[in-house]
Amino acid sequence: MAKRSVWSDNRFWQRSAAWVTGFASILLIWLTFDTIPQITMGTDADLKGGVTKRVPGPTVINYKITYEMDAKRMHEIPVIGDKELFFGRDDWSEEEAGALLHLGKLGSQAKNCMDCHTLLGNGAYYAPDLTKAWLDPAWGPEGSMQAMTGKSTKEEAMAEFLQHPSTYPTHARMMPDLGITAEEAKGLVAFLKHMSSIDTNGFPRNFGRMQGAVNGK
Amino acid sequence: MASSLTSESKKLATWYFTFAAIIFGAQLLFGLVAAIQYVVPGFLFELLDFSIARILHINALVVWMVFAMFGSVYWLLPDETGIETVGIGIAKLLYWIFVAAIVVVILVYLFIQVGPADQTTIWFITEGREYLEAPRWADIGIVVVALGFVFNLYATGMKGNRSGIVTVLMADMLAFAGLYLAGMGYTDNISMDQYWWWWVIHLWVEATWEVFVGAIAAYGLITMIGAHRKVVEMWLWIEVAMLFGSGILGIGHHYFWIGTPEYWWEIGALFSALEPLPLVAMFIHVLYDWGKMQGEQEAKGEAKSVITNKPAFTWFVLNAFGNFLGAGIWGFFHTLPQVNLYTHGTQFTSAHGHLAFFGAYATILIGMFYLAVQGKNGIKVMHATKKSIWATSMIVGGVVGMTIALTVAGYVQVLVSRAQMGATWAGFFDGQSGMWFAQGMDWRLVMGVITFLGFLILVVDLLSIGKNAKHER
Repeated sequence: MAKRSVWSDNRFWQRSAAWVTGFASILLIWLTFDTIPQITMGTDADLKGGVTKRVPGPTVINYKITYEMDAKRMHEIPVIGDKELFFGRDDWSEEEAGALLHLGKLGSQAKNCMDCHTLLGNGAYYAPDLTKAWLDPAWGPEGSMQAMTGKSTKEEAMAEFLQHPSTYPTHARMMPDLGITAEEAKGLVAFLKHMSSIDTNGFPRNFGRMQGAVNGK
Repeated sequence: MASSLTSESKKLATWYFTFAAIIFGAQLLFGLVAAIQYVVPGFLFELLDFSIARILHINALVVWMVFAMFGSVYWLLPDETGIETVGIGIAKLLYWIFVAAIVVVILVYLFIQVGPADQTTIWFITEGREYLEAPRWADIGIVVVALGFVFNLYATGMKGNRSGIVTVLMADMLAFAGLYLAGMGYTDNISMDQYWWWWVIHLWVEATWEVFVGAIAAYGLITMIGAHRKVVEMWLWIEVAMLFGSGILGIGHHYFWIGTPEYWWEIGALFSALEPLPLVAMFIHVLYDWGKMQGEQEAKGEAKSVITNKPAFTWFVLNAFGNFLGAGIWGFFHTLPQVNLYTHGTQFTSAHGHLAFFGAYATILIGMFYLAVQGKNGIKVMHATKKSIWATSMIVGGVVGMTIALTVAGYVQVLVSRAQMGATWAGFFDGQSGMWFAQGMDWRLVMGVITFLGFLILVVDLLSIGKNAKHER
């Protein structure tokens, strides 16, 4: 009788499955070791020293953020510019800014934001993507939201909206009142501003291009 | 009616299947609420908002599938190992703990909904991370139950006959339980948050769950058409290699835009483009074995069908096709970064999600329900009834209809909200107001209602088919 072929041998395929799985897992773990440091949050010193981080530190709220086309990478990236007032201050310390971001991130989970909105494109599709919401022209000086909420800055308009969303409908589909307090709203706006500074490899593409007010120049 | 089950493990499996079917109903019901809200935005506003309906919709989905998966393993263990499941007493206790925890979590979602921005909310109300909203106390409970389940599986597999199917399940279910730990932490860094979050979601749905389906399909082919174990298990090992080989690094397609480095574009594109291949293999495998066994039978001069459970086998074949179509084709549509840049987070994703979860998992688990009905009633050959055919047709038709409607809506959304308007708040609502989008949502609701009616018929059929006199006993 002829020798049995290895191709019809279950042991061979069992070992192959184990090797392939092991190899893929090790590659994923190795890539994870490369990725984690790259997405670890930067520090205040990085921001002051002009060190670009994919995820900047919480004190990025002290700076003006824009979303500009990068000629080399051929897509838009967030650019951190000069100092900018955030709730009347541009000297939020690392601890203060960190506490505000902590409150905001917790708030985004406690209020189930991502079960209507998308954050970094992930979540539900019932309400707008919030990845670059901070840069949305609707909230800027030319947009409608400041006038609607009777506030004179972006952050105050956003905070007011978050506290009383159903008072300011923008569509038949409205955001419900989630019992967001004034302090939580401040934290959530800091969270949104911080998220807009994350380098998302050009997602979303052409953000706010129709209004042309995003580049901030 | 007296059950003809003598195995305690199989009895426990029927408990798991029963609770799974109830939660399946809840999933569809809350899905309908959310679908109505797309069409009539004021529906249950500030009472049961879309976010809550959706949490219940997708969490019920995960829960009923996990229950049905655990049930499937308890069902097949005595057949595969030849012995009663080890530690069945603990398994039954854990079942009731699991059920109680799920009921509490659902009630909290329904009636408390949101909490203040602090850790007590994360521990006791919601973690607010899509699919993993379950509060942390429930996470810990789930881990305990999963460890008990893994213990049952390992102890039984090591004591009894450890078949290829059981070996695959032992490796797979350990990974399945272990991966859940990656989703239990908290961080202020949203990029880091989503990095680990995908370890649970992706490595469950596109790796460990798929391998689970491969193992269940193998078991089904052996029990329902008498396929040769050696051939089926060889296919299974090849599928494991292909599924893990493509699926593990396929996680890269979730790392395109969350702050992670650009090299994930290439890794994600390459490996997720390979992900449909094992699904093609599984499809061919099921149909090939079916044809082969029927051919063998007919060569012996017997013209009757080799299938011993018609409704269950129908669902297994639908699984082979639905997995390939929903997970494979609809997934590949938008997996390349050049496309995904515009489709990420639109109704395209939703269309894929509906067809993939249904095609890859719901189908085969419904098939397992029918296998359990057959076993419980001591039926040798179980035929389809009018009700099983109606239920199958309406559910499949409904889900395919929803998928098409959502795909059309997603197309409009990509063109208007993304390509043209650049994803702003105003752009989002311009897309949502488009006629094709709005009509897509109308059709999704209609198709959702058909799916739900089909589900009701399915329940009636599952409860009554065993008593039908037409089966061979």
